[in-house]
Amino acid sequence: MAFEVVVGAGGAVDLADASLAGGGGARRRRAVEVRRRLAGSRWMRLGGPLILLAVWQLAVTLGHAPTVQMPSPIDVASTVRHLIADGTLEAALVASLRRVVLGLLLGISIGTGLALAAGLSRAGERLIDPVMHMFRTMPVLALLPLFILWFGIGEKAKVFLIAWAVIFPIYINTYAGVRSVDVRLVEAGRVLGLRRLGLIRHVILPGALPQFLTGLRLAMGLSWLVLVAAEEINATSGLGYLLINAENLLQTNVIFAGLLVYSLLGVASDVIVRLIERWALAWRSSFVNP
Amino acid sequence: MALELRESVDGSTQPSLALIEPSRAVGETVVRVRGYGRAFAGRTVLSEIDLDLADGELVALLGTSGSGKSTLLRALAGQDPGAFGHVTVPRDRAVAFQDHRLLPWKRVWRNVVIGLPKATRADAIAALEEVGIAARADAWPGTLSGGEAQRTALARAFIRNPRLLLLDEPFGALDALTRLRMHALLRELCRRHHPATLLVTHDVDEAAALADRILVIRDGGISLDHRHATPPGARTGSEALELRARLLAELGVDPADPNTNDQETR
Repeated sequence: MAFEVVVGAGGAVDLADASLAGGGGARRRRAVEVRRRLAGSRWMRLGGPLILLAVWQLAVTLGHAPTVQMPSPIDVASTVRHLIADGTLEAALVASLRRVVLGLLLGISIGTGLALAAGLSRAGERLIDPVMHMFRTMPVLALLPLFILWFGIGEKAKVFLIAWAVIFPIYINTYAGVRSVDVRLVEAGRVLGLRRLGLIRHVILPGALPQFLTGLRLAMGLSWLVLVAAEEINATSGLGYLLINAENLLQTNVIFAGLLVYSLLGVASDVIVRLIERWALAWRSSFVNP
Repeated sequence: MALELRESVDGSTQPSLALIEPSRAVGETVVRVRGYGRAFAGRTVLSEIDLDLADGELVALLGTSGSGKSTLLRALAGQDPGAFGHVTVPRDRAVAFQDHRLLPWKRVWRNVVIGLPKATRADAIAALEEVGIAARADAWPGTLSGGEAQRTALARAFIRNPRLLLLDEPFGALDALTRLRMHALLRELCRRHHPATLLVTHDVDEAAALADRILVIRDGGISLDHRHATPPGARTGSEALELRARLLAELGVDPADPNTNDQETR
């Protein structure tokens, strides 16, 4: 979606340029054309990160910063290579991914269930909504000691903490989605012979889907944040454990490598949601690209 | 066979909406309304309305905005639990609205068969063929033009083979040329399927061009029930003009005086 916006903006600017040129030389037009293609290219998305890396490398090299304080991108890259080679990174990633996936599945199921119960019935709304807003403002990390107390120091406490954190963005967005479904479509569904279950399946759930996906996007980002915090306090495996170990040993390059892996996981989560949106909201993109 | 479907909470008269399933025969009474009324927040909009609709007849219900014509249509659709009086309607009925109300997340053909668990894609295509847009069966509703969307809405209504067809200003949002084409299409579909059709509109010309019978709703009741001698297609120019003038007068509109138009609508 953002991609189309970029193209649109580029197009608008070029239009202005072309009118300024006022039928000017072919060279100018060619330059405009090159710029338009560049702005429209998918590779443009990599431009920002690449510039950032170059500035970072230059700053470290020119500033003669000690590696302990500030490793260069090249140092970090070689650290990542080492971590991959000796299997440390893979083991940490697998342990963390398992927790995130389990926590997400659990949290999404509960959050969606509660949102439907609150969105589809008055009684459900009165029962559930105030409680959700009470819990929502509690800082998740402050709950960690309690979760350890209740569920032990094993996997359960971490998975449940992620699930807990994820419930809220899913609940709030899905609930809003259910409530924002066009009542005229619901009425149409009813006169066309849909009963309650049919209305929920054909009208209300698809209508709430875009909002649910917004919640999913937030939930995925949140799950990584919570996971690492949980792993830094209480774990013997996973990315957070890798990080806290490196902190204790002052392995700055490993810290950077860990942070890099996080940012890549963030990108991956975003790509996954984008793919889901492209498939599930195909009817919507048709408005943009008939 | 009559079936009690719904009872309203208030109202001194015994309220009921009964569903009947009589055999089909042109001219037979399909809809019977007796003592129907509706009040919103204590203000009576419609009262003491009696109305019969026969199989195969296309009835236009004219009224200015706020006159309660759409309210009556909603009651016949079974979507108004707050009405009072006796309303007997057939179980097989279909509604088309001014806004097409297609589900944007279902492809055109799936919109046509929604609520019909036994209907197949072939059934949908056949219904779409009848309205001339079978080629758009797999399109998303968001990509349809206004006319195409209303054709789909008509296909969705007629595939139910309704005994009562309720149309709530279905062509109100279309441009004039498209509207003329839709008028011809609707007349053809009604001739073929012969449902009792109630067309709610505020457009006098549309009523005159389509309807066998024209009702005017005014001051909370039906003030005119006009059955025209010549069928809609065969009306001559002067006849149509006369009818138009009469309907406008009934609606309280004097085309020559710009200030009369608002009197009825408050």
